[in-house]
Amino acid sequence: MKLMKTIIGTTALTVAGVAAHADSHNMADSMTVVSWGGAYQNSQVQAYIEPYKEMNPGLEVITDESSGEAVTKLRAMSEAGNVTWDLVDVTAADGMRLCDEGLAMEIDHDEMLAPAPDGTPATEDFGGSIVSDCFIPQIVFSTTFGYRTDMVDQKPESVCAVFDTETYPGQRALEKRPIGNMEWALICDGVAIDDVYDTLETEEGVERAFAKLDTIKDQTVWWSAGAETPQLLADGEVVMGSTYNGRLFSAIAEQDQPIGMLWDWQMFDLDGWIIPADLPADRLARVKDFVRFATDTQRLADQAAYISYGPARASSAPLVGEHAELGIEMAPHMPTDPANAENTFLFNYNWWASYRDDLDSQFQAWLLE
Amino acid sequence: MATKLPSYATFGQRVWFYTFRVICGLVFFYLIFPILTIIPLSFNAEDFFTFTPEMLRLDPDGYSLKHYRDFFGANGDYSWIQAFMNSVKIAPLATLIAVSLGTLAAIGLTQPHVPFKKAITALLISPMIVPLIITSAGMFFFYANIGLQGTFMGVVLAHAALGIPFVIITVTATLSSFDESLTRAAANMGADPVTTFFKVQMPLILPGVISGGLFAFITSFDEVIVVLLVGSAGQKTLPWQMFIGLREQISPTILAVATILVTISILLLTTIELLRRRSERMRGITPG
Amino acid sequence: MMADTHFDENGLVLAADGTPLKQSLARALRAQKIRALLLIAPLLLFVTISFVLPIGEMLMRSVQNTAGTEYIPDLMPNVVEEIQDWEPASGEMPAEPVYRALAQDLATAFENRNHTQLGRRFNYESAGMSSIFRKSGRRVSNWDIETDGPFREKFLDIDDDWGNIEYWATIKANSGYYTTSYFLAAFDAQRTSEGIQMKDPDQRIYSKLMVRTLWLSFLITFCTFALGYPVAWLLADLPAKSANMLLILVLLPFWTSLLVRTSAWKILLQQQGVINDFWIALGFTERMSLINNQLGVVIAMTHILLPFMILPLYSVMKTIPPSYLRAAKSLGATNTVAFMRVYFPQTTPGIGAGSLLVFILAVGYFITPELVGGADGTFISNRIYYQFSSSGNWGLAAALGTVMLVVVLLLYYIYDKLVGVDNVKLG
Repeated sequence: MKLMKTIIGTTALTVAGVAAHADSHNMADSMTVVSWGGAYQNSQVQAYIEPYKEMNPGLEVITDESSGEAVTKLRAMSEAGNVTWDLVDVTAADGMRLCDEGLAMEIDHDEMLAPAPDGTPATEDFGGSIVSDCFIPQIVFSTTFGYRTDMVDQKPESVCAVFDTETYPGQRALEKRPIGNMEWALICDGVAIDDVYDTLETEEGVERAFAKLDTIKDQTVWWSAGAETPQLLADGEVVMGSTYNGRLFSAIAEQDQPIGMLWDWQMFDLDGWIIPADLPADRLARVKDFVRFATDTQRLADQAAYISYGPARASSAPLVGEHAELGIEMAPHMPTDPANAENTFLFNYNWWASYRDDLDSQFQAWLLE
Repeated sequence: MATKLPSYATFGQRVWFYTFRVICGLVFFYLIFPILTIIPLSFNAEDFFTFTPEMLRLDPDGYSLKHYRDFFGANGDYSWIQAFMNSVKIAPLATLIAVSLGTLAAIGLTQPHVPFKKAITALLISPMIVPLIITSAGMFFFYANIGLQGTFMGVVLAHAALGIPFVIITVTATLSSFDESLTRAAANMGADPVTTFFKVQMPLILPGVISGGLFAFITSFDEVIVVLLVGSAGQKTLPWQMFIGLREQISPTILAVATILVTISILLLTTIELLRRRSERMRGITPG
Repeated sequence: MMADTHFDENGLVLAADGTPLKQSLARALRAQKIRALLLIAPLLLFVTISFVLPIGEMLMRSVQNTAGTEYIPDLMPNVVEEIQDWEPASGEMPAEPVYRALAQDLATAFENRNHTQLGRRFNYESAGMSSIFRKSGRRVSNWDIETDGPFREKFLDIDDDWGNIEYWATIKANSGYYTTSYFLAAFDAQRTSEGIQMKDPDQRIYSKLMVRTLWLSFLITFCTFALGYPVAWLLADLPAKSANMLLILVLLPFWTSLLVRTSAWKILLQQQGVINDFWIALGFTERMSLINNQLGVVIAMTHILLPFMILPLYSVMKTIPPSYLRAAKSLGATNTVAFMRVYFPQTTPGIGAGSLLVFILAVGYFITPELVGGADGTFISNRIYYQFSSSGNWGLAAALGTVMLVVVLLLYYIYDKLVGVDNVKLG
């Protein structure tokens, strides 16, 4: 049964793929691409949307910044049977969720994505970043800390500086959700990284994490959008704060703010494309054509010239060059650079999928105490 | 309380008179000050919402027009202008629906014997009362079911519904001070109801209609949550773009937009004030 | 009686066309009513479709027991039937037929890509359930229902949690087409083996948020009243020309985008912001925390809602002749007495209108608490939005929305009794 499905699916894919390559007239001349907005979406526009538009004159690309609500909106669109999106940029966790619910299309990565220049098939080149049958990885990013270089007496080396209010007085910015904060709290309370999630499954473990967070609760500003921490740091409102590493990079390198990076125990996460399930043939053909181009080795390396997120393909890493405008070497600013990646952990999608709702309400209750 | 202090006022009265004025002055300051701070910040040369040391020194290098250039798409990114255009398309259509249906209904509601008048009025005003988060969640589900979610029409209908209470309120207010004998006089002279409406009633209630329309317009022009949920990328309005500008990427372009909008508001307010004076003249009430 | 008045044989008054006058008048009245309703009908229809039905749809979501687009009993027909015979109180795992039914239903659900939605639905009630559903879907779809039994052991092989009695109790409690679970959650209650109970006080969220929302809205309403009353009085007292000029100062913020005003307050109130800089310049050493707390929300929202207080107050005060106060004073009343006994009572309709308007609007606020409220100053709306857009628990969002709607409608009803909805004035 399963095998039949796969065979039929693959045949359909191949036919659609052949048709797409044979006759570009069957491709839709408009495409809606959904992403996160800001500098990140800009890097996508510069690195692959604009070049693709140049190759395909007459194509209209509509950009949407709804990735934050992607799961909710796709659910509603599919309930109504009117999916207007063609390609959606989501985090790995959302990608898995959409795939499980049948809202995203399952794909054959080797069939659909370009191999590396040396012929390595896509599945090998992307390696472990293909976390779901629907997910087309683009970048590795991390949630990590930045600090005001002019507000600290000594350079913080460990993430536990966040909990050290004596050496580093001042407010901190943390994300208003349990993910990440609970892990850091336990790590700084002496829990080994391998035991963190087992600890969090117990009531005592959750209490232990909250007790650690309690020590800085009254000095914490809670953020819910990635842009807030750079603004808070630039204003001197907080002495250190967590956010996505690319946001900190642009505040440091592009805006010239007195901010330093604290890479210790950064939390890795993946971001990539999903294609909504059941697109009409012409739109699907267009999206496939675009995705093949946008995720090839060179394009992913190009994107790194605009934002400091690591390309998801192994073959792209050596091609990462200089910043498009500032001309600085980008490799040392990547979260995956060996010098930055001494202590890291991967956002545990599966674990959080089960415990998120529960821990989130406990976290909210804790905030209200 | 008096407008001027009489010469025989006692010491206590003088103190009270000035204290009162100072209190009122402070409240006016509180009302206006936040809006005024935006204007200099919109000329900030940096990409953060902060008064830089250069700005405070009044150093010309601290100031720039770059956020205005960004708004007009100087860097090749036309999203602000597109959002502005979307707002300019959606708001008038929503206003048109709200005003035409709203005015008719207001005329109906001010007729002498309307059954269920209270219930109907309450229902028609409820879009203003029901919290927007509830309205938008409901619209999101319902419009998705009937295929309106993510469409231009969906956003227009949703905004029209939000604007209707304002039209009902202002037009019924104008109509209740409308002298019914004028329509009877017109009817007496042989005018049919339609002619009476356009020649007699309409010119007199026009200021109420316009003012209701302006409220409906500004409601649509300033609305975020509903459009965020009911709309999709193709209907991204100016407030939506501003909301992104505040949340996803701090962009002082919104301050430039704000300054432009405040200027437009001042022009609109002046228009209303002039209209109001005209209406008072027409109704024979001279402003004192 | 006038000469041309007609009477019929029973002595009833007749109209010119010969019908009894009473009947004729009734007909005219009916025509008038119909005409009025015809004028209102298009709008009523429009508001019903674009507004009332959506609200109704949301109310329904709060009780519908669905996963994705389908009802739970339709997704798990066999389990729902078999589990009726099992009692959670027995303390034992369900019997084999229940597991067999689960294998059947899960295989179908997996075919239709519904198994994770089922898991997600139950996970709202008991953490951990989504993972066992996700894990089991693919495995179960390979089983043959006829030959591969018994299934209990097979399920326990996939995950021990399939023997968790609490999980099965959750499934049993949520096996109908309609559910009260979302409302229980909205009131911080939960189902336990001893029936429905409130959660531990330190686990309660929504009741605390609701109380906070109402309390802060009350505070904001009071602040707008305290600041708005003198200003409205001044405006009503000044000659129309200068009053209209000052009125523009009230209307300008009213017309400025809400987002802009909120971000302006962000700039002003932060620790390194304009107000704190001024404070330090005055010689104080400690910077004040004015933002990301309740104080920030009160300051910003009072500013944003102040025009909604001033405008109704002003329109009422304008109608009070100044001669009343003068008369009271000339009769020997002191300023205070004249104000308290003569002026103030006449302004109460304005106070009622303004206060209720501000309060109702404040209760539903979302954007300002989101941007300046921090952890302390968020409102119930923020949580509804979170449940709706991030967490995706639409049922809970709808239940919270329904509770809030009831509170607001209650206030609206009071407003209508006190002021009358047709007496609202806007400038």
